[in-house]
Amino acid sequence: MLRIIANRLLVAVPTLILVSMLIFGLQKLLPGDPVMAMAGEDQDPQLIASLRAKYHLDEPVPTQYVLWVKDVLHGNLGVSLRTDVPVTSLIEQKLPVTIQLAVMGMIFAIGIGIPAGVISAASRGGPLDYGANILALSGMSIPNFWLGIMLIFLVSVRWHLLPSSGYVSPSEDFWLSIKTMLMPAFVLGAALGAQLMRHTRSAMLSVLRTDYIRTARAKGLLRATVVVKHGFRNALIPIVTVLALLFGELLAGAVLTEQVFTIPGFGKLIVDAVFNRDYAVVQGVVLVTALSFIVVNLFADVLYIVLNPRMRRS
Amino acid sequence: MRRMLMAAALALSASAAMAQTSQIRIGLQDDIGTLDPARSVQFVDRIVFASLCNSLVDITPDLKIVPMLATSWTTSADGKTLTFKLRQGVKFQDGEPFNAAAVKANIDRAMTLPTSNRKSELASIDHVDAIDANTVAFVLKQPDAALLATLSDRAGMMLSPKTFADAAGVATHPVCSGPYKFVQRVQNDRVVLEKFDGYWDAAKYPIQRITFLPIPDATVRLANLRSGSLDMLERVAPSDVNAVKGDANLKLVSTPGLGYYYVTFNINNGSRGNAALRDKRVREAFDLSIDRDAINQVIGAGIFPPANQPLPKSSPYFDAALPAPHRDVAKAKALLKAAGHEHVDVEFTYPNNTVASQIVQMLQAMVGEAGFNLKLRPTDYAAQLNAAHSGDFQAMYLGWSGRVDPDCNLHQFNTCAGNLNYGKYCNAEVDKLLDAARVKLTVADRKAQYDAAAKVLADEDPNVYIYIQPWPYVLSNKVQGFTPYPDGLIRLRGVSIKG
Repeated sequence: MLRIIANRLLVAVPTLILVSMLIFGLQKLLPGDPVMAMAGEDQDPQLIASLRAKYHLDEPVPTQYVLWVKDVLHGNLGVSLRTDVPVTSLIEQKLPVTIQLAVMGMIFAIGIGIPAGVISAASRGGPLDYGANILALSGMSIPNFWLGIMLIFLVSVRWHLLPSSGYVSPSEDFWLSIKTMLMPAFVLGAALGAQLMRHTRSAMLSVLRTDYIRTARAKGLLRATVVVKHGFRNALIPIVTVLALLFGELLAGAVLTEQVFTIPGFGKLIVDAVFNRDYAVVQGVVLVTALSFIVVNLFADVLYIVLNPRMRRS
Repeated sequence: MRRMLMAAALALSASAAMAQTSQIRIGLQDDIGTLDPARSVQFVDRIVFASLCNSLVDITPDLKIVPMLATSWTTSADGKTLTFKLRQGVKFQDGEPFNAAAVKANIDRAMTLPTSNRKSELASIDHVDAIDANTVAFVLKQPDAALLATLSDRAGMMLSPKTFADAAGVATHPVCSGPYKFVQRVQNDRVVLEKFDGYWDAAKYPIQRITFLPIPDATVRLANLRSGSLDMLERVAPSDVNAVKGDANLKLVSTPGLGYYYVTFNINNGSRGNAALRDKRVREAFDLSIDRDAINQVIGAGIFPPANQPLPKSSPYFDAALPAPHRDVAKAKALLKAAGHEHVDVEFTYPNNTVASQIVQMLQAMVGEAGFNLKLRPTDYAAQLNAAHSGDFQAMYLGWSGRVDPDCNLHQFNTCAGNLNYGKYCNAEVDKLLDAARVKLTVADRKAQYDAAAKVLADEDPNVYIYIQPWPYVLSNKVQGFTPYPDGLIRLRGVSIKG
């Protein structure tokens, strides 16, 4: 197992280098100049020149990249061009917010998607199956931002049940924090839950067709035992794979959800940074995102081994 | 028992109401950039500064300059020395005294800090002399009529000089002398200010705590106000204006601002310009084919005042003699014909946001009737700036947030070497008039120069003005005593919240 983890980590290094080069290069291809964005509408030429020199933006792109990598290796992700705040402290500030949103979103996704998938596979062709499928289809086809705005109007403006937007830290007020995050987490989790339901259903269906399930039924085991203990456990491998991949979508979805609910997380940070051509922030955030994606997939690999004893031997 | 519970509940709700009366939550359209006035470039920063910092002077809603940290001022006969008498007994929020030395330290910093964004605004200053504790003289290289108005804004904001040693600290924890002091900032989330009890005019500020919440989506911002999470917001979407008017719990307060939206033509900036647009008849035809009233009614919900010049009606320099803008398609067609065109194809660059997109689509239809075929090219803000500077455009729709002094709304846009003259329009006579207006000292003398320049500019149409930017605020009915200003800043003097 340790060897597998070490192998994965080794692969992660070139991946990260490639990601950083890609994002560095692609950003420079964007029309628009961070210094002009920083100089505001006055566009004072003196200021533009001095800023360009200060941030090494007058150097060739490869030199800029090398300078940046050097800093990163020293644990320094640079300083936001727009607000002067170190990128590491921005990430420290925003990452917990997005993690909270992602975890709560994941809870919604798993809580809705997996049971719905299992139930619909177990009652294939029945009304429960159709019901779950209709739900999944609407979950996948309703756009995130629309669902968000509709929920704000109904739940906050009309019924005054939950705060309409913003963020409260759990350390400040735990319950208020959970309440504030409920709607955005639901919006984020709904679409993923729908996808998860579809994948769970098909994984379950293929397992339920196998011989050992028929044997288990023939033995006279309870239907619930067959479905959950024999069926679901074996369907878990593809579900874990999907979950790890969905994590990427979760991060992407968080960008939009955070915009709609004005949550000061990673998504908002990167969107603002891209529009302001705040290179240091974009690079730092993308690097951390790529890293967390790699970690989550590594975790999924380890989970396979835990779930499937056969993989331990191979 | 029940009575006791009721009494307790009443006491609780009373204390909750009291806590509520003392705080205001204001929804902003953008996140704040930097909290260092010397480096700030964004409009919303100034909304926070209006409560956090005091400038040397302030403006009135009709754009007169009034005392703030300076109680009076005189200009020398040659116009090259501006002397301020300072308010006595003023303290910075860290307890340091405000005096002439502090003014000098602030202006020196704004003029020399490498990343200062105030350098061009203060370019006319040679040096500042602290004459005595309460008198300070600005010695100028040449007379600068706009300087006083400039000092009503970020360039004239006074920070505690003790904090200058820590350059990053100024931006993350600013210490000024305004009615509210800095408490906390979470990027993209909030800026919190608290009443500064040592403020010289503290009695006029009943509100104890201000929370600024950046909520970029106008619909979500309004939803927050309706659900009670905000007490006030700035820049309601014009499409929501009618809904706000129909809501008995809300008030709409709108005033025309100092800024404007306009179309500029690439007359002489590089090779990407459109030859047809170099002919002033073609530009006039473009101007004549626009129905600004229709734009105001259809897109602006009646709060987009049509513009024929880059100054609002509230300005003492507004030229009432210029004919009101009107649509005349027949004349536009005739002008195009006289210039030798049946149709003119124009690539039209604009910022990709909801209102600008709606306006350019309407423009496309309107000028289309006169013979212009607009090919729309949306860009984001950073890319548009690039295109503007490098001359990579034929015609462009853009905005300017406006300044109190007319010089800042005219000179840099219309003089040959003007920094924001993206189309590189150049006319020696306009240069002469706008330069002269900078050094004249009385309103009447300056107005004469501006009126003469306006005549030339209206004839040559290097820029076609569409509408004056409004500042529409929505307030919960609890908010009382709010007055909008043309500069769009939220001044909380006299504003209170009724429980």
